[in-house]
Amino acid sequence: MSEPIAPPGKKNPQRRTDVPQTPPQQRSRAALGLAAAAAEGRFMLQVCGDCGAVQYPPRDACSRCLSINLQWQDVSPGGRLVAETRVRATTDLYFRKQMPVRVGTVKLDVGPSVICHVHGDVGDGADVRMAIKLDRAGQGVMMALPVKETPFMEDDPRLREMSCTPRHRRVLVTDARNPNAPAIVSALAAAGAEKIFVGLSEDWRPNRHNDDIMAVPGVEMLPLDVTDSKSVEELAAELGGKTDILVNNARYVRPGGLMARNDTVFAQNEMDVNYLGLMRLAQAFGPAMCARTADGTNAAVAWVNILSAYAISNSPDYGCFSASNAAALSLSQNMRADFRTSGLRVLNVFVGPTDDDWHQELPPPKVPANTLARSLVQGLVDGLEDVYCGDVAKDMIERFRASPKIQEREMTGFRS
Amino acid sequence: MSRTRLGYEGVAIVSPATIPYQRFSIETAHWWIARALKESLDQAGLGPAEIDGFAVSSFTLFPDTAVGLTQHLGLCPRWLDHIPMGGASGIVALRRAARAVQAGDADIVACVAGDTNHIDSFRNLLSSFSRFSQDAAYPYGFGGPNANFALLMDRYMKDYGATREDFGRICVAQRQNALRNPNALMKKPLTLQQYLDARPISDPIALFDCVMPCAGSEAFLVMTVEEAQRRDLPFAVIAGTIERHNAYADDPVQFRGGWAMDIDELYHMADCAPSDIDLLQTYDDYPVISMMQFEDLGFCDKGEGSRFVQDRDLTIEGDFPHNTSGGQLSAGQAGAAGGYIGLVEAIRQVTAAAGPTQVPDASRAMVSGFGVINYDRGVCSGAAIIEGAKA
Ligand SMILES: [Zn+2]
Repeated sequence: MSEPIAPPGKKNPQRRTDVPQTPPQQRSRAALGLAAAAAEGRFMLQVCGDCGAVQYPPRDACSRCLSINLQWQDVSPGGRLVAETRVRATTDLYFRKQMPVRVGTVKLDVGPSVICHVHGDVGDGADVRMAIKLDRAGQGVMMALPVKETPFMEDDPRLREMSCTPRHRRVLVTDARNPNAPAIVSALAAAGAEKIFVGLSEDWRPNRHNDDIMAVPGVEMLPLDVTDSKSVEELAAELGGKTDILVNNARYVRPGGLMARNDTVFAQNEMDVNYLGLMRLAQAFGPAMCARTADGTNAAVAWVNILSAYAISNSPDYGCFSASNAAALSLSQNMRADFRTSGLRVLNVFVGPTDDDWHQELPPPKVPANTLARSLVQGLVDGLEDVYCGDVAKDMIERFRASPKIQEREMTGFRS
Repeated sequence: MSRTRLGYEGVAIVSPATIPYQRFSIETAHWWIARALKESLDQAGLGPAEIDGFAVSSFTLFPDTAVGLTQHLGLCPRWLDHIPMGGASGIVALRRAARAVQAGDADIVACVAGDTNHIDSFRNLLSSFSRFSQDAAYPYGFGGPNANFALLMDRYMKDYGATREDFGRICVAQRQNALRNPNALMKKPLTLQQYLDARPISDPIALFDCVMPCAGSEAFLVMTVEEAQRRDLPFAVIAGTIERHNAYADDPVQFRGGWAMDIDELYHMADCAPSDIDLLQTYDDYPVISMMQFEDLGFCDKGEGSRFVQDRDLTIEGDFPHNTSGGQLSAGQAGAAGGYIGLVEAIRQVTAAAGPTQVPDASRAMVSGFGVINYDRGVCSGAAIIEGAKA
């Protein structure tokens, strides 16, 4: 079993916060396929479309038949640890702080040998389950895990580096008024979050979710209005240095497409919360979080956006809301670029229509808040970048990958 | 079976040159290469205008290649080669140069390898070594070659029961040899206990399993036997030589090198057996690699390497003289010159020019090279049997 991590003690204000470092960033274009697989927690390798040979390391032509028809496919993650070492010396600044690093060679059941990180609970010469994880450089790396779950498995130091788990961390959830807030707060607490701050806008107005939220241990409610720069800055000044994970669940949604409305009032609200709200939060909290990504057990690790699956392709029934989420999706990519050197991860949770007042005219399937919360926390634990929660989101991304144009034509088809 | 190779008759190797290594150098690879080239030409009484073939190996020459060096050094060769094969560079340069001379494409080929070692160049070298290393090895702890070889040493020890003591014997014997080589960077004796107690670097590899990166250069000339005789130069001839790349790609962890594919042909070409070899120069970036070569080059069976080093004395005076100048483990690893160190020493040995490290009556040497950890294993391998010229 892994040694359980102790909760972090009080921070010594005299000590300099460790400077954020990332593992080696440089990759070939082919190797970025690992990052793409890791972003969703899939185990994918290049498979030759002509002869079926599985390839590793990623390359540009098949090492058996020279075909250039190499496709990334989900393959079996089974293998066996055939050699291992503990690296105790390195010239890399990131790994110097992680020494010793357990590294092994795993012979995959599907063929190739891979050099990989090895979880501490993997026995000598044991069978393993491989995963491709995002490291702090945001690159996909191979990690050998025990075939079966082990006690305190997620506390393994190498795995924790790959994960954004809420365990022992402080989380800010931005909107207490969103119907999903109680479920998200509960799920974070269940996952071991040490402290959960929840933002409440216009705190003189009643909020029907307050009791459910405050019933969760470790919760503290604070004023936050994402449409108000001053409010965001004030909270960032207070909390920026102790926010390890930020979950932005603020959302403004009204049904209606472009021609169903005859003004821009709702659209302005949608943009103000869904797009500009994210921008305000990123500008206010981003720098402090990025400066604290190497700060021990409760270093800053992740930023979570909850985006509509219709950010991927416009849903005309919610056309203007879709547009605001497309803007937020684009901004999240900008955030990833700006956060890259710090290693702070941006997790986008895409979700289809949720089971709440503003989607009541839609038929099922709709995503219950508990399901969303569970996916979100699991995405953090697994260290993902993209989570597609619920059948609609999964369907959207599958159709997008098959053909964005065909998807657009489907989405914009004749409507009664 | 492929066609029988032509022999290497009529080819002479002369003028082995070693520029004493330095731990760090503010000079460039160009500077180090120029010095070895000059030293080798001086030995032969030649000027730069008289060579018409030039082969170079270096890791730190960037952005230049052999081409840039022709202009930089004022050479006008009609045959030019740049050999980026790391530890196999010496053998491969020799093979290429020999064929060029045999065919008349060149009359005198200078083969040179050299690298500098700036305070930060090892780290820079690592981070730009190969695409597969960049993509699939260095993101895992960034342990460099130490980590790669730790993996294969771990496997080797588990499969064949070899112990750290066995590898220590190789290192200790080489240190004894190095103490006779005034140019070796390591100047203190090494005991087996010191080897065993050394700081761990990447288990099971510890400090004395690793070479010390340094600056230095090595060179030799290849010409016709007639030319060597006309100039009255001591020379060696090539009894046989092989090279092989990316052998046994399906072995999950490397436990053998490309030599094993071609070794029978090598002995056949040279018309001799392992027992006829007077001294062996292996590529010793790590002792496990030398042990692998004892096996793959036919001195013992696979898996018998540890017993072999227990039974034999690997020092200059021993019954199996090995890496007589101290090898890279004790003399230092001067980048690509590490692919030349064994060959240049072997030329000295078979021409009775090795001085303090001379093996008495050495007339036939085997040299092997091993290079380029492109991902998880050494890809290039080569070997040659050379003999001192018969009077
Ligand atoms: Zn193929």
